[in-house]
Amino acid sequence: MTKKFFLSTAWLFFLSLSSISNAQPSSDLSADFQEKVKSISAELRCLVCQNQTIADSNASLAIDLRNQVSRMLRQGKSEQEIKRYMVERYGDFVLYDPPVKWQTWALWFGPFLLLVLAIAFLVSSQLKRRAEPDSDFNPANREDLRALLRGDKDQL
Amino acid sequence: MRKYLLPLAVFVLVAIFLWRGLFLNPQEVPSPLIGKSIPEFSLPKLQKENSVVTSETFLGKVWVLNVFASWCTPCLDEHPMLMELASQNRVMIVGLNYKDGFQSAADWLGKHGNPYSAVAVDIDGLVGMDFGVYGVPETFLIDKSGVIRYKKIGPLSSTEIQDELLPLVESLQ
Repeated sequence: MTKKFFLSTAWLFFLSLSSISNAQPSSDLSADFQEKVKSISAELRCLVCQNQTIADSNASLAIDLRNQVSRMLRQGKSEQEIKRYMVERYGDFVLYDPPVKWQTWALWFGPFLLLVLAIAFLVSSQLKRRAEPDSDFNPANREDLRALLRGDKDQL
Repeated sequence: MRKYLLPLAVFVLVAIFLWRGLFLNPQEVPSPLIGKSIPEFSLPKLQKENSVVTSETFLGKVWVLNVFASWCTPCLDEHPMLMELASQNRVMIVGLNYKDGFQSAADWLGKHGNPYSAVAVDIDGLVGMDFGVYGVPETFLIDKSGVIRYKKIGPLSSTEIQDELLPLVESLQ
């Protein structure tokens, strides 16, 4: 609860900061516009602090890139065009949602391959266990075991 | 014995990957700009207020573009190597003063020495953004037709200059 409150306050604080630094005409600062900037920024990785998006980070590069996103939106660029602009400069690494191409096959399909291998291993080991007769079992003890199951402990 | 072979193989494989991971630098993102022409730009030139440095100024030459700033501490580590490189006269070094200012850049170069043939001043960092700059210092090697051939993020070491940069310069001349 307090964490949520803290986060939203921090976010409001950041919003107010960014609107000051951008010094845009007020018409551009509509909630919709800010929302769009935020949603695109949230899918771009901050290169300086690599585990944050440029929406979350306050590194100066992240602020520059956020400003660039809002500038390009104001120029009427689409989300695809903005992402292409970032990828041309910083590579696929800026995208939090990497595209499927042969270099990223291991990333996209590796986990499924591991799952299939694990299932195959499990099934084969189970089958093997079932096929192998229990070598410790001595048929001579069969009567004793029956007795044990009947509850006639005294017979032993 | 055979039943330990598979877990052993998996262990060795994972160990190899983790071992390699110890020596990878996640800050080094492969640049998509290598093999591409430098972005177009036109920036004011430091200490020559009325002239500009553009993306076409150095066409026909092999040159090094070094991104620096007076606020950047690692730039200071790299600076002696650049002074050394400049004194050898083997390749022209151009500075891109990134998100800094005319006065602070001039002061910094006055204090520590100036290895640059020319310095372009990029106050708002927009040209730096076109070069995909995210960690100053950064160094680009650009061939005669304006194509980026090499990029280093972070300070150059003297080994990198000797073993990577200069051989490439020779091959491009």
